[in-house]
Amino acid sequence: LPLKGGLRSQVSAALKEGRVTPTELCQRCLALIKSTKFLNAYITVAEETALKQAEESEERYKKGQPLGILDGIPIAVKDNFNTTGIETTCASNMLKGYISPYNATVVQKLLDQGAVLLGKTNLDEFAMGSGSTDGVFGPVRNPWSYSKQYKKKSVPKSRSESEESNWVITGGSSGGSAAAVSSFTCFAALGSDTGGSTRNPAAHCGVVGLKPTYGLISRHGLIPLVNSMDVPGILTRCVDDAAVLLGSLAGHDPKDSTTIQDDFMPFELPNLTDVSKLSIGIPKEYHAPGLSSEILSLWSKAADLFKNAGAKVVEVSLPHTRYSIVCYHVLCTAEVASNMARFDGLEYGHRSDMKESTEIMYAATRREGFNDVVRGRILSGNYFLLKQNYEKYFVKAQKVRRLIANDFVKVFRSGVDILLTPTTLSDAAPYMEFIQEDNRTRSAQDDILTQAANMAGLPAINVPTALSKRGLPVGLQFIGRSFQEKQLLTVAKWFEKQVQFPMIQLEEVKRHDSGVFQHQKFFSFS
Amino acid sequence: MAARGCGGVWRRARQRSAGGPGPGPAPSPRGQRAVACNSRGGAVPAGKSGLAPWIPVVGLEIHAQISSNSKLFSGSQVQFAAPPNSLVSFFDASLPGTLPVLNRRCVEAAVMTGLALNCSINKKSLFDRKHYFYADLPAGYQITQQRVPIAVNGSLSYSLCTDNKMSQMVTKTVRIKQIQLEQDSGKSLHDDTRSQTLVDLNRAGVGLMEVVMEPDMCCGEEAAAAVRELQLILQTLGSSQAVMAEGQLRVDANVSVHHPGEPYGVRTEVKNINSIRFLAKAVDYEIQRQIEELENGGKILNETRAFDSKLGCTVPMRDKEAKQDYRFMPEPNLPPLILYDAKSLPANMNHQQVINIDWIHKRLPDLPSVKREKLVEQYGILPEHSFTLLNEDGLAEFFESVVKQTQMKPKKVIGWILNDLLSYLKQHSLTVEESPVSSFLLADLLNLLERNKISSTAAKLVLAELWKGEGKTPLEIVKEQKLELLQDQKELEQICQAVIDGQENEVIMMVPG
Repeated sequence: LPLKGGLRSQVSAALKEGRVTPTELCQRCLALIKSTKFLNAYITVAEETALKQAEESEERYKKGQPLGILDGIPIAVKDNFNTTGIETTCASNMLKGYISPYNATVVQKLLDQGAVLLGKTNLDEFAMGSGSTDGVFGPVRNPWSYSKQYKKKSVPKSRSESEESNWVITGGSSGGSAAAVSSFTCFAALGSDTGGSTRNPAAHCGVVGLKPTYGLISRHGLIPLVNSMDVPGILTRCVDDAAVLLGSLAGHDPKDSTTIQDDFMPFELPNLTDVSKLSIGIPKEYHAPGLSSEILSLWSKAADLFKNAGAKVVEVSLPHTRYSIVCYHVLCTAEVASNMARFDGLEYGHRSDMKESTEIMYAATRREGFNDVVRGRILSGNYFLLKQNYEKYFVKAQKVRRLIANDFVKVFRSGVDILLTPTTLSDAAPYMEFIQEDNRTRSAQDDILTQAANMAGLPAINVPTALSKRGLPVGLQFIGRSFQEKQLLTVAKWFEKQVQFPMIQLEEVKRHDSGVFQHQKFFSFS
Repeated sequence: MAARGCGGVWRRARQRSAGGPGPGPAPSPRGQRAVACNSRGGAVPAGKSGLAPWIPVVGLEIHAQISSNSKLFSGSQVQFAAPPNSLVSFFDASLPGTLPVLNRRCVEAAVMTGLALNCSINKKSLFDRKHYFYADLPAGYQITQQRVPIAVNGSLSYSLCTDNKMSQMVTKTVRIKQIQLEQDSGKSLHDDTRSQTLVDLNRAGVGLMEVVMEPDMCCGEEAAAAVRELQLILQTLGSSQAVMAEGQLRVDANVSVHHPGEPYGVRTEVKNINSIRFLAKAVDYEIQRQIEELENGGKILNETRAFDSKLGCTVPMRDKEAKQDYRFMPEPNLPPLILYDAKSLPANMNHQQVINIDWIHKRLPDLPSVKREKLVEQYGILPEHSFTLLNEDGLAEFFESVVKQTQMKPKKVIGWILNDLLSYLKQHSLTVEESPVSSFLLADLLNLLERNKISSTAAKLVLAELWKGEGKTPLEIVKEQKLELLQDQKELEQICQAVIDGQENEVIMMVPG
């Protein structure tokens, strides 16, 4: 039963033809979640409700009335989207045990289309991070750490070290979702993307990560990081699947005033055969300091691939992108300071036992509820918003943001259709190496290639491209024009087909898995 | 800039009884008001101490709750005195992930109000977050319009009398700086004995219009008259019910004093004013207090003070964080609020899809000033009477209804309305609507008077009977109590004869000789 293909072309067809039932799919995913528990990809697994949803889906298939391609498809959702009946924690003590009374619009849309919600995936606390290492439930492990490909190439310094110190991070902050898709525990997952939080882990985990245009997908129910940059992200095994998910999620939401007014027409991606009319821009500023030579050469190979296929490949300049990190720091922390103000322990979430006065309770609640990263950002954000600093920092950062966005406008106006850039500076770092530096430094480094698209609100996608010398995934990023997702995904699909990114061979999973037999069965299936 | 709308200066503060500053016995409000009124003529000699006279400056910030079925950014119902926390949506409780959705009705109400106050309406206005921690502010910030409000640069004309007889009306103008849309907060109830704070979020997120008046007033009475006029306008528009007792209209007064030719003094903000009468008192008290403070060599602190209506004075509010930095920031979840007029309205769009300022303008009802002019013109009543008619809810309508149903001239009717009906209602604390005498009954009675069926004295007796509300018609009462004027000559003679016959002694005394 080969279901390695896309949702539309294979899985949905298999379900319709009864070759597999939604309950079987769900059970296999749940079993795999259990056997890959060591990845720490999920915070909450909603076994019971998932099975019930699968059962309901099965009924619909029996009647020959499935709701669409997503009916019966097991999916996972990052734990910063509100879900009724399932905890929504943001990987923070502040929201541990919090059960939202409503579903995020994107979650509701998936459920309305019959998707089976397996659980909530791990992240950095309140999505602040680029490693998925800074959440209260511990770091997420990259499934590729346990792949044949990585094991073959990484030489452990010593036997004893190999196991615990060699595993690599997923990237973040949607690392749980990326790991979940990458390890086949679900068919698609929702992430969120504020500065690269979907594309970065997608790159490190070898999956497709789409950040749609700001305003195309509702943020209602997504616990915000930076409202003016947040977008729900889509993590899938292939570009076609990303288009399916996009089609099911996009469009106006009366509950989010920043969504587009027009209806969104879902699309199927054509198989591009001729790229000669395409103009691909290579922004020279993305030759960022710290860019690994490996990725650099992969990037130019990709450019050559387009050139050789007849596309026009031009070097372009986005001169203000280099200010993006500092600019982001000011805007992000300012909004964080504001957005986090509601966590005071009164209406919901953690409340400290120190109740001598309201002020003492606020302070203790917030100290106990937030980690250092969150508290640090709140502190700097409030500093930037002080009356005496507002003009100097916040207003200036807003102006720089406009300049960054205008750079893109100019480039696209010059006739460039799509920009091609690396997604990350290097392949995934081993956890022990990654935690040597603090969250702020890491985020600044890791977001450098992805962040400008958030500043400008543009759609961008990570396409897994090749394996590094260490046997880890490396991805490239395509950035498109606002609301031109179809063009962006069409080009990404063409590229995906050319590069033939290898399938993960999850050898290690078996060793961690007690039910090996059951497991192998699944792998032949997926 | 000199204070506009009032050239008045205050003379030196009257000496207060000993005890120094603090909530001691306050000078009588009457006395203060007299000072203000006397001063309005212009030049007032310097005080006994030889100091220059004082010019008080009063500006107002008024929060008017928008009359709307639902809140400013959520679908929760708006209702006064509902069970605590029964009108709270997920957004109102600031549940994570919820987003504001602007209520069209609230925008329309603000546009109407802006137009009625001669403001220019900003076709693009913005929302901002104002941050502070407070138990009844669940999000930790209030969404308001700090940078670009919906309406700016307006004016409000109001009139007040210069003596107690209401015969001398003066019209003044106060500039309106801006009107901004913002969220109301919830309510905190402090239970000191159990050291608990109870929070009711029913009011959290209700739409407010903050009307900022420039410091163009100079005494409590002016402030009160301006607020009363604003209240009438809001009620006429229906943009706010503006009932102060229900917190739908809340007034903060900024007060300072300075000598002529000198810059404005340090101002204080007086809060906790919950009636128009208290507004006048609070402002006058604060002016007096500041003058005394300064003349005693003291300093005015830029502080927030609360009006204590029981003591009749203002006291500093305990405010731990005197220097609040609200850390304003653009509200990222709301796009700019775009309004259109006939010129800028995109093709194929009607007023239901967008808000068209001109469309609203055309449909504005007659404002109180226009209504008053019409009353004066149509019925020939005095201008000050038109004020009284409009000041009482429903009284003008009552008056017009009586006029329609009687042959009596409106000029005469107004006397009955103002002297008899109104004073009775006031005595019994009744609204016009609650009057036991309907306009029909009053007209009936006035008709008897007009047709000379009864005397005016008898009419008053009948009216007194009518107040009892026993369902009798004026004619029935007249008959019952035999109050008809006698039209029959013979009968009249007979009665006279009978009287004379009964009083022989007196008659004899009166006959000469």
